[in-house]
This record gives sequence, structure tokens and C-alpha cells, in this order.
Amino acid sequence: MLSSDQVLHVARLARLELTPEEVERFGGELSKVLDHIELIGQLDLEDVQPTSHVIDVENALRADVPRPSLPVEKALASAPDAADGGFRVPSPGAS
Amino acid sequence: MIELTAKQAADAIRSGELDAAEYFEFYRQRAAKDPYNSYVWVADETPAEIDTSKPFAGVPIAIKDLFCTEGIPSQAGSKILEDYRPPYSATSVKKLTTEAGSTLLGKTNQDEFAMGSSTENSAYGPTLNPWDTTRVPGGSSGGSAAVVAGATAPWSIGTDTGGSIRQPAALTGIVGLKPTYGAISRYGMIAFASSLDQAGTFTRDVTDTAMLLSAMVGADPCDQTSLGLPEPVRLPTADSLKGIRLGVPEELSGEGIEEGVLKAFNETLELAKQLGATVETTHLPHAPHGLAAYYLIAPAECSSNLARYDGVRFGFRKQADTLLDMYNQTREAGFGAEVKRRIMLGTYALSSGYYDAYYGRAQKVRTLIAQDFKNAFGDFDFIVTPTAPGVAFELNSKTSDPLAMYLNDFCTVPMSLAGIPAISIPNGLSEGLPVGFQIAGPAFSENRILDAALALEKAIGFDGSKAYA
Amino acid sequence: MSTEYEPVIGLEIHVQLKTRTKMFCGCELSFGEEPNTRTCPVCLGLPGTLPVTNAQAVQYGIMMGLALGCEIAPRSIFHRKNYFYPDLSKGYQISQYDIPLCLGGQLGDVKIHRIHLEEDAAKLVHVGSSGRIHGSEASVVDYNRGGTPLAEIVTEPDIYSADQARDWLTLLRETLRQLGVSDVNMEEGSLRCDANVSIRPKGSKALGTKTELKNMNSFRFVAQGINAEIARQTALLESGEPVTQETLHFDPVSGRISSLRSKEEAHDYRYFPEPDLVPIVPTPEMMAAAEAAIPELPAEREARYESDFGLPKDTAHLFAYEPTWGTYFERVAVEGDRDAKAAGIWVTELRTRLGADADPHKSAVVPAQLAALAALAAAKKVTAAAARTVLDKMVETGDHPAEIAEAEGLTAMEDSGELSQIVAKVISENQDVVERIRGGNAKAMGALVGPIMRETKGRADGGEVNRLLREQLGV
Repeated sequence: MLSSDQVLHVARLARLELTPEEVERFGGELSKVLDHIELIGQLDLEDVQPTSHVIDVENALRADVPRPSLPVEKALASAPDAADGGFRVPSPGAS
Repeated sequence: MIELTAKQAADAIRSGELDAAEYFEFYRQRAAKDPYNSYVWVADETPAEIDTSKPFAGVPIAIKDLFCTEGIPSQAGSKILEDYRPPYSATSVKKLTTEAGSTLLGKTNQDEFAMGSSTENSAYGPTLNPWDTTRVPGGSSGGSAAVVAGATAPWSIGTDTGGSIRQPAALTGIVGLKPTYGAISRYGMIAFASSLDQAGTFTRDVTDTAMLLSAMVGADPCDQTSLGLPEPVRLPTADSLKGIRLGVPEELSGEGIEEGVLKAFNETLELAKQLGATVETTHLPHAPHGLAAYYLIAPAECSSNLARYDGVRFGFRKQADTLLDMYNQTREAGFGAEVKRRIMLGTYALSSGYYDAYYGRAQKVRTLIAQDFKNAFGDFDFIVTPTAPGVAFELNSKTSDPLAMYLNDFCTVPMSLAGIPAISIPNGLSEGLPVGFQIAGPAFSENRILDAALALEKAIGFDGSKAYA
Repeated sequence: MSTEYEPVIGLEIHVQLKTRTKMFCGCELSFGEEPNTRTCPVCLGLPGTLPVTNAQAVQYGIMMGLALGCEIAPRSIFHRKNYFYPDLSKGYQISQYDIPLCLGGQLGDVKIHRIHLEEDAAKLVHVGSSGRIHGSEASVVDYNRGGTPLAEIVTEPDIYSADQARDWLTLLRETLRQLGVSDVNMEEGSLRCDANVSIRPKGSKALGTKTELKNMNSFRFVAQGINAEIARQTALLESGEPVTQETLHFDPVSGRISSLRSKEEAHDYRYFPEPDLVPIVPTPEMMAAAEAAIPELPAEREARYESDFGLPKDTAHLFAYEPTWGTYFERVAVEGDRDAKAAGIWVTELRTRLGADADPHKSAVVPAQLAALAALAAAKKVTAAAARTVLDKMVETGDHPAEIAEAEGLTAMEDSGELSQIVAKVISENQDVVERIRGGNAKAMGALVGPIMRETKGRADGGEVNRLLREQLGV
């Protein structure tokens, strides 16, 4: 069972401000899912290689040839808070 | 017009028997009045001029919301992307429209970021099953399935990460294909789990599947993991299964499958024998661990893929005094419950001290499952299973039990983990609702799968018109 | 008795690669353009976009590995390093983690641990109060730099003083500059350096607790920072306090060191293999292309100038670190029948006149004529002083040195009769000096040499002047 401290730690890493009800609910639900998932703990995987790609491709590199960038208006078009030609955010240092 | 398959319509348009604009407008009217909440956006006019020299000229296409369409809302079923209009289009969208001549009819509803098996996890409301509006159409590409089943589009495209095309196709009585991983470019598909996501098709019949697929496949310089197919997609012609060896994995065709679904499956195995196939029981010993591996790998990748929804460059933002509050509150308010659940699960599985026990192990299980299939394809041409363990379930019946919902993917997840192609074809009814028959083959065996599917389709003789007539 | 401590230093150097486009998209690299004018859906991290690795960045990485004697991994992969910060458009940085492109290696006296490829972060500009929310501070993100290709070089803890660190960094910078893989400009941020510093009792083999000094933007500050940190750690240990592992900032103005990150923000980067990218497996063709693109590097060049040309160490070093001058020197030496030492002296003279940054190949002085000047001087056809005057004129006019010497009357006096007369004249005009010499002050003779040289316009040989003076004065 995930403790609420564990749930809060993971939520902090994931940048989710969970409500107290969510902390409790997710704790229970995730524990249940993890219990099922832990079935794979029974498998002997000692000599098995992990798979991160199912396809057998290598390199597939791109030639160093410029492509047009977006006009700045288009780059900023969907920004929730565009200012001074950039994307405005609260300063990281501010508290 | 409604009886025409997409191929019949395309042929008639090119031969001049059918007016392209008239045909498009017919579906546009139907889509605009869609009663199942299958669409989140519908084209507001029929193009003034349609270039009928292209193969899909005049044939409307409905596209799952998570494909980026330039200047047109692409919201992936999420509030965090409400009214987001991308400055570019997905490669597969361009191939279908600019190259093949199709016209975009609408964007279809889906589970938020493709996470779900019922299309109930959409910020834009659930989609209803055209066969029974008290039931779900399956998911996550439920909108794309419902538009074909409800005949508000002749065909559509979706994405499949663990079953998101095959399961809704089965639950709505249509054909759904998940091609080999890498057959179709992922560029412009809003990512859920990058190593599993694959675009695919929804059609009324197998011939339309081949035709739609042929326009989408191809290696893309914008996607390093795209390969295309080694040979062009052919229109299938087979009417027998002579010499075909079908393997029925015991692990995916017994326990946990509803009786009615199993009955329809076994009847079709008998049909296959009559068509000349041999049918034998086989084993995919690690397939039962597929769900566990899948529900580690997919959430882990999604927790990273969804980090870009931070309220800085696009989409929804909750304004706050500090950066940390802005991040936390934007994501808390912008994502729905299932997405948050999976982000939490994936973040946990990757976090310090747990990687080896969870993500690392899941990747090894993935290796074993792929090996199981390789072994099976030494003895069999195809592996066949029921597509989903049950028929379409009632709205809200599983939303409070994530694990029960995840079990819907039991028969489809192993193929996704192995990256191999699989198709679901309509396999009759159980309790008056459609069920699906899944055919999986080795990587790049799409042409052979389509042939086998066509032979079975003819023998089964399913009539999907009840859903829209 | 107090313990004597020895510092142990490792360096991490971030090198911006000089490709045309970014690491994973086709946007051109930015050099002070207006904010957000070098961005595209990929480097903005828009939904649905995918990275595609720049072949040139991979080639530069392989070149660096080969030049630094590393083993090039037969198969390397990218990982995602996950953390939230506005300068990171995707919420993760694509970087190589446990299987980097290059492993091992050595440059000069320092062993290399690894070199890996990654993408640079964007720039965050503080803009003060946002005006929207009362009293809050705002920043603006400019993604032009985001996605610039970086190679990170990590050394072994193989450096034992701040001076050694600075000298080695100088060698590294020159090596990278000559490789042509980077602008290596610390002020502009194309070369950035962090130092891991620990100290241990002299003679001990175990490593002490290390601290990380971040982002020092000149080699001088690197050395000052390391020395300040060594002093700080020494003071801690001497007063019986432990060194804590932390990330530090060195302020070159105050000379003070401060902690950069608060402890509570523990990082958990959740690395996992980047599923959007496929492995880099250098083919024989890729290896051959990288090898062919590597020019001769400073360490090799210095050794060759010493052994093949017999240059003194400091001159060999100079030409190795300034390869344009080195190449010019080689041409002069070849023209001058390989009288390399004389060529070295006269190329150094020319460098003093043109400046180290000038390209001598573009000057008026062609190698053959500088070799001719060296030959005139060696044959004493012109004196050393006159030859310098001739060189001044050559820089201006590009004329042949023999013509200049002739026209300006700078050829050495071959007739000692003429010189003898001038010596006699100067003696007679400077009787007071003569008195002093005869009174035993031999050094006063120098006061006569100047006027003689002026009279002869430097055409007289210094040795001959001295000989005639002694003869005529009878001393």
C-alpha cells in the first residue's frame, strides 16, 4: 500500500497539486494496480535483455541542413502569456 | 449513398458516376447532426473545388483528435489542450489529404491522451455506442469507431497503443487495424506511449482497410522509428484459407473471456477450417504478464511525454504567483483523473530506487512476449484470439475500477508490446452486441493478414448496417 | 603537526558544437537573433513532434572522441532526463546516460572518462514585475538556444592543482578549436566548465568528499575558483568539520563561494531510454569520414616542430597553438632550404609586426621573400638590425628584401675601410668618452657604438665595429 507521503512525493515530482481526496484515492487505486503489476516479480528475468525498441533500426540520422523556423508570431500564437517576444512565466526564483 | 463503402465511393467519383462535393456534403450533414458525441469538430463547409484526379478525391476522412491538424483544434480529448490549434499537420494527415486527395470531415472524440478503453475519459463528454446508446463504444479511439459504425463518416483513422483501435472496432462491429510498429509515421500524433503508439484504420470492410492503409504507410524523415512496409499494400483477394495455419493461444482464449464472445470465436474457428485452414491450440506463455508490463511501460513513457503540458508555450494555464504553483495548478486542473493516475503510476515506476523493479523488469517481460510470438510464428501463419473479453459495457460501469477497465486490453496488449500487426474484424453478435475476431501476424505481414481477414469476412457475412439504418 | 592536503580535481566541460542546425531539428543555430525567431514545433516541444538526430553533431562527437583517444561506442543510445524548468521545452532533456558515444581517452596529462551528446537548454530572461499579478516577478523564455547540440567532456579526477586545470583547459580549447567542432568561446557560452574538487591528506589514495563548482566563465576564474574551494575545504578539515557534497557557485568579484541549490530540492531525473530515437551505431563509413575530417592537433604539431624542424620548445609551442602561423612557418622553412631555426625567428618577427590574430598568408610578405630575408641575414648581407628595418618595409610594400636593402642603402658594409673611417670620425668627435675609456671604464665604449650605427644606418656588423674600436683606441 502506498503511503500518503509516497503519493505526495510522486505528485511533487510530476508537478500535480493533488487534493487531499485525490491523495487518498490515488493511494488506494495505485496500490491495487501495483499489486497486479507485481505479478511480474515472480518471473525469472535474470538473463533476459530489456526491449526499449521493437524495431531494428539504427542511426536514421538527419543531414545538417537548415529548415525554415516558425515566424515568431506563429511560435507565440498559442502561448498563454506571451510578452516581449517570449513566453512569460513566473520567475523560478520567486516565492 | 450511405450503402457505399469508401472504395466504392472513390471509384464512382473517379468514374464520374458520383459527384465528389455531393458525397462530401452528404457526410458533412450527417456528421454535423451526429447523435453519439463522436465528433469534437466538424468541417463547416464542403470545399468549393475537389481535384478528382487523386485516389481519395471527395471521400471524407474523420481523424482522431490527437492527430495534429494545422489551424484546426487538436485537443487529444484534454482540457489542457482546449482549442489548441497546431501550426503544423501530422505526416499521416498530410498523406491522406494533400497526397491522396481526401478532405478532412472532422476530428473525433477520444479518451484523454488515448488513455482509456471506453472514451469516457474525454474532457468533451463520452461518446455513445451506435448499437446501444447506453453503452460505451470502447476506446480510446471510440469517436473514430462510432463515426464508421454510425455512418457519419465512410472511414476514419485512430491510434492503438494497447488496443485502442482493435477493441473499439470490436465493440462497434467494424474493421480496425493496428499495423506493425513503424509502418506509419508517428510525427504529429500527440504522444501517449512512444514505443507502443501506432496509427491505424477504422473501416466498414477489409477492402477499405487495405485502401486506407496503403495511403498512410511509409518511412518519414521526421520519425526515426518509422520504416514503412517492405512491399506496397495490395487490395486483398483471397476467398479461402487453404494451407493457412491458425494458432489459438490458450492464455488469451479461455479464462476471463465472456461466454458469448467465446462462442462466436469458436464458431468462426469452425468456419476457418471449412475455408481450408488448420486450427491448433498453442501457447504464448508470457502473454498473461502483458497487462502488467504494459501498465508499467505505457504510464512511464506517458509521465515523460506529458511533461510538456506545463502552461508555458501552448494550451491551458492556471495563472499563479510562483512557477511551482503555476506548474502544479495548471496540470492539476488541466488533466483528468485517468491521465493523472497514469502519470502518477509512471512517475513512481521510473523514480529513484524503483526503476529496476518496475520499468526495467517490464522491458524484459516485453522481450519474452516478443519471443513468444516469434516462436509461435515458427509454427503458425497467424495467431487468432477474441479481440476483447466482453461486449460493449454500460456507461459508468467501470470508471471507478481502473483495474477492471485495464482488463479490456488483455487480448490486445501482447501484440502492441511485440510491435506486430493485428486486425479486428466483426464476428457476429453476442447479447445483440458486436464482438470482434483478432488476427495477428509477424511484423510486416499486413498483406497476408488482409487476405485472411477478407476470406473470413466473406464467410462470417456480418451486417453492420443495423447500427445506422 | 598539521596535515598537508592535496587537491584532486575533475572537470566537466560543455562544448556547443558548430553545426548549422540544432541537435534534433532543422532550426539554424542562433547568434544573438531576436528572441524565439529560431524555433520550430520540434524545439518548442509542441505536442506530436519528434526529434531526429543531426548527423553532423554525431560526426563532431566521433571526431572529438578520436582526437582525445577515446573508444567510440559501437552502439550508444539517448536517454531522457526528466525535470521541470521553463528552459526545457519538453519537460526532459535528451542526453546520453549510461551508454555514451565515447569512453576513456587521454589528452596531455589528463585522462578522459567519457564524452556524450545532448541538447542545450533555452534562455530565461528576468523581466521584473509582470504587472499582472501584484508584486510577482516574471521571466521570459527565449527558445532560440534550446536544442543547440552539446558535447559534454568528463575527465577523470586526474588534476592536482588549479594551474594544471587551467593549462589543460587551454590545451583542450585549442584542440577543439583546431578540430573545428566548436567556437570554444567562454564569454559567449560555447565552452562552459564545471569543476569537481576534493582534498585528501598528501599520500592518501582515497578520495575526499567532492563539491561541484558550476559554470565558471573564464579559465582565470576556473583557477581562482578551484583555489578558493581548496582553501575553503582545507579550513573546514583543519577545524575538524566535514566537507558536504554540494553544488557551489564562485563569485570572481568577491572571491566568495556559495551554495547553489537548496538541499530540500532533491533531484530525481527518472532517466529512461528515449523511445523516439534509435541507437547510434557508427558505420565504417561514418568512422572514416570523421577520421578524415580531423586536422593535425596541437600536441602532435608541437612534437613535430621540435623533432622535424629543430625548433626550440617555446617556438614550437607557439606555432602549435597558432596553427595559421605554424602553417606559414612551415612554408617559410621549406622555401629557405629548411633552415628552420632562422625561419622560426623571422616568422616570429613578422608575427610581432602583424599581431598574433592576423593571417600572415594574407599579408604582403610571401613566404619565399621572408625566407630570402632570413638568407640575407644568415649570410650577413644585411645585419640583424638592418634586416628588421627591411622587414618593416616588406610589410608595407611587399617588395623583395634584396631590393629594399639596396634601395634604402641597408646592405652590410663589406668594405672595412669605409667603416674604419667612420669609427675614427666618431672617436675624434667624442673625446670626453675616449677619456673615460682610457681611464678604465670599458663599458663607456657602448656610448660610441650608437653613433657609429647611426652613421652607418645599421649596415655595420656589430662585432666588426667593436673590433675596430678596440683597435683604434688601443684597449
